[in-house]
Amino acid sequence: MTTETLNVELNDEGFLVNPKQWNDEIAAELARREGIDDLTDAHWTVIRFMRSEYFEKGTGPTVRILGKTSGVGVRELYKLFPKGPAKVAAKIAGIPKPRGCI
Amino acid sequence: MTKIVILGGGTGGTLVANRLRRLYSEADAEIVVVDQDDHHVYQPGLLFVPFGLSRVEEIVRPRARQLHSGISFKEGAIESVDIEARLVHLSDDATLPYDVLVLATGAVLAPEETEGLLEAGWMERVFTFYEPESATALEKALRDFKGGRIVVNVIDMPIKCPVAPLEFCFLADWYFTERGIRDKVQLTYATPLDGAFTKPVASKQLGSMLAEKGVELVTEFNTGEVDGANGKLIAYDGTEVQFDLAVVIPLHSGAAYVGRSPGLGDELNFVPTDERTLQSKVAPNIFVIGDAANVPASKAGSVTHFEGETLVENVKGFVAGEALIPGFDGHANCFIESGFHKALLIDFNYDTEPLSGHYPAAIGLPLLKESRLNHLGKLMFQWFYWHSLLPGRDIPGIGSDMPVAGKTQVKKSERSAS
Repeated sequence: MTTETLNVELNDEGFLVNPKQWNDEIAAELARREGIDDLTDAHWTVIRFMRSEYFEKGTGPTVRILGKTSGVGVRELYKLFPKGPAKVAAKIAGIPKPRGCI
Repeated sequence: MTKIVILGGGTGGTLVANRLRRLYSEADAEIVVVDQDDHHVYQPGLLFVPFGLSRVEEIVRPRARQLHSGISFKEGAIESVDIEARLVHLSDDATLPYDVLVLATGAVLAPEETEGLLEAGWMERVFTFYEPESATALEKALRDFKGGRIVVNVIDMPIKCPVAPLEFCFLADWYFTERGIRDKVQLTYATPLDGAFTKPVASKQLGSMLAEKGVELVTEFNTGEVDGANGKLIAYDGTEVQFDLAVVIPLHSGAAYVGRSPGLGDELNFVPTDERTLQSKVAPNIFVIGDAANVPASKAGSVTHFEGETLVENVKGFVAGEALIPGFDGHANCFIESGFHKALLIDFNYDTEPLSGHYPAAIGLPLLKESRLNHLGKLMFQWFYWHSLLPGRDIPGIGSDMPVAGKTQVKKSERSAS
């Protein structure tokens, strides 16, 4: 599936340009591109948590905050999203890359 | 009479107290500063301690002595803040009522959050230079070091002075060169970021400096465990970095009382704060300066200094019932010590990343470039800190807003997305 067939615009790093243009199918396709073929309930817990945090606070949480607040521990988060929970889960959740601390 | 209570007698608390004292007569406002001890540490000086370039006693002064007359200093631990009752509870059961509260309690180290960090090898082969005791112990360990691998590891952001771990690498390269054993020492910098630094132009420049100085750069390394007994850092994804000596920058949190005060802090005990006005988002009569705030600026003394003017202006506006000014632009300004008597200078804000050029105008200190002048600037800064910054004076020629004159602009495509 290409970006065109997803019918949403992605930026250079593969993050959704408009977080509102997001649904479960888009999430599943973005996950496949990250090498995650099946999104489990635990994945969805994290993905939905990322989205609610983003819409409430304007930025996605970091791994440490995810580990403290999402109900999924940091070790488990790395098992779910081995390439980096905050970044990859944000991408699948259709929200911008969490604002790096400066 | 307005009662102003300032929690924290470090950089931010001291300079705000002194500025407010100049603003209000003693008949108009009572100003109290609370801190748990009377040791004001010049934190930028900690970087030099492990290399024998500075001693802890040279960078610590009494807090009370940095406060102007007419400011009360209360030494005591803070138990909690009651936002509704406008009361600060101290550990000895004393209470301090306030009309305006300024939070300046900074960030604290949280080494206990990293598995194994405080266990085998802590203060023997695993150190940090972010607090005086370990910086002093590290000085001895470096002196006794005969060769092997030293890894400098940032566990996760945010940290105070994000350039300090890089400066440590540069100074270690210089230190072992001076001792004539640089060829026996491997230096590795392991970071959770995808480059040497957060901002693209500076990241590239600092990354190539690491390479020139023979410091191996390991990126996207997310430390899950420190195994001091076997000399290795283990990342959450299972990758390992071996070490003979580790210099770890532990996780940072806001002060513990923030967590004990309902509604005051976020998950990491930092206080939600408006990034332009510095008024807290938890109550209109609470303002936050420096590392205690969750604003997306560096946790650094220069940021705290530049925040002072806006914060004091807005306390004044709040007391007078006027609108607050969105005055703070995220300005940060850091000297980066690069060893061999040279340093770089970087200058940036919320909207502009560190650029090359000169500071503060076309004729000035070179930006993003090593020079002897910047090294002298860094050394001179301690004098300015005690004599100009803490008293709450402006440093001549250095305004709070980030200057743009003298900077080389980058093409939009090269700019940071954030």
